[in-house]
Amino acid sequence: MDRYNRHIILSEIGQTGQNKLSKAKVLVVGAGGLGCPVLQYLVAAGVGTIGIIDFDVVETSNLQRQVLFGSSSLGQNKADAAKHRLLDLNNSITIISYPEKLTFQNAIELFNEYDIIVDGTDNFETRYLINDACVITNKPLVFGAIFKFQGQVAVFNYNNGPTYRCAFPKIPKQGEVPNCSEVGVLGVLPGIIGTMQANEVLKIILGIGEVLSGKLLCYDALTNKTFTIKVNRLDEEIQSILKNKDDFNKRKMDSVCKVENFEGSIKEFLNQENVQFIDVREVHEQPKVEGISVTNIPLSSFLEHLDLIDKDKKKAVFCQSGIRCKMAVFILNKHNIQDCYSINEGASEIIEILNNRHCEGGTTEAIHSNSMTHKKNTNE
Amino acid sequence: MLIKIKYFGLLTEVTNCQEETIDFSGNIISELLELLFVKYPNLKNKEFQVAQNQELVPVEAKLLSNEIVLLPPFSGG
Repeated sequence: MDRYNRHIILSEIGQTGQNKLSKAKVLVVGAGGLGCPVLQYLVAAGVGTIGIIDFDVVETSNLQRQVLFGSSSLGQNKADAAKHRLLDLNNSITIISYPEKLTFQNAIELFNEYDIIVDGTDNFETRYLINDACVITNKPLVFGAIFKFQGQVAVFNYNNGPTYRCAFPKIPKQGEVPNCSEVGVLGVLPGIIGTMQANEVLKIILGIGEVLSGKLLCYDALTNKTFTIKVNRLDEEIQSILKNKDDFNKRKMDSVCKVENFEGSIKEFLNQENVQFIDVREVHEQPKVEGISVTNIPLSSFLEHLDLIDKDKKKAVFCQSGIRCKMAVFILNKHNIQDCYSINEGASEIIEILNNRHCEGGTTEAIHSNSMTHKKNTNE
Repeated sequence: MLIKIKYFGLLTEVTNCQEETIDFSGNIISELLELLFVKYPNLKNKEFQVAQNQELVPVEAKLLSNEIVLLPPFSGG
């Protein structure tokens, strides 16, 4: 194949190596500063199946370093937006996006689907979660992390090598180490570190060179100094993860950056006063919800219209199927707008509920008028 | 004995320097750290690992080098 010719003519790779790449399955956790370059190179290299999990949405301040995104991706989920861009880069591979948060509940099942896990996250809690899930599922972990102008790269849990907990046994206290959004980061740094992570993934798949296992590579962008430090395996750390593996999926995230994704049924909000109903579907989407006062803010331009949100009211956000409204609530929370709930029902179900409410004796005038329309329709 | 100490990540914000040389007469790494905690009380609240001779070592280890590195975990991505 022409596409991979420059790989195939390398004696270290050849058609055999390229076939290994096309059979490989890699999961990238986090499509941010590190995830973008990792994904870009793995996709271009022809890694056959690539999973991307990220719950976050693209914001303007991401574009300085998260190079898969542009103006047209603002407000979109990062996993979905990355997949969209990457399929243009290479449509001969399989790319699966998971627009959700990695949790203790979904990690094991997800990791079991892949050969290699790449950590491109931005908080310790998820990093330790990924490490422990890699130990339990016995998957190599390609680790990368950054702080201002410095970065760390390592391959953990590879061929009985040490794990992240062997290097850093104690999880830092919350707020002890700030992340990029709090202290800033040189845009090109995650590009360098992420590209090094992609390199480790390719070496593991191809079985060439020396994998960065049992070592922590430290890089300083300001001085261009790189050094590696040997990390020894700590059996007690690994045994403690394995000993508690049956309780793994019962553990809960307790970080400050957890998503406060309150959700509920439309029924709970119809009886309440002081509620702003927000429809985040695009303007052309049908059916329209009538009979209650609805503010339309399409998700595609959600960030530009946050001024339409009534801060004094409880916000009940809905969409067509109940997915986009979760994203909208996430954005609202991120902008410190409190009291936001995503509605489990989609627009059609909401209309049905509003109509049934009338049949059971709806309470508000608005709902009454809506159900009149319904009554007329059903009589036809 | 003069020991060179290198700081990384946010530790440099506590120490206000990337490296320094300290005169130290003990022979265990934790003793050296105690000395640093007196100089930089905030360092005690930070999570970090110690490396000597390009290898992470427990703080109970004997000081075998005249250069040590204090390495915190990074969380950014």
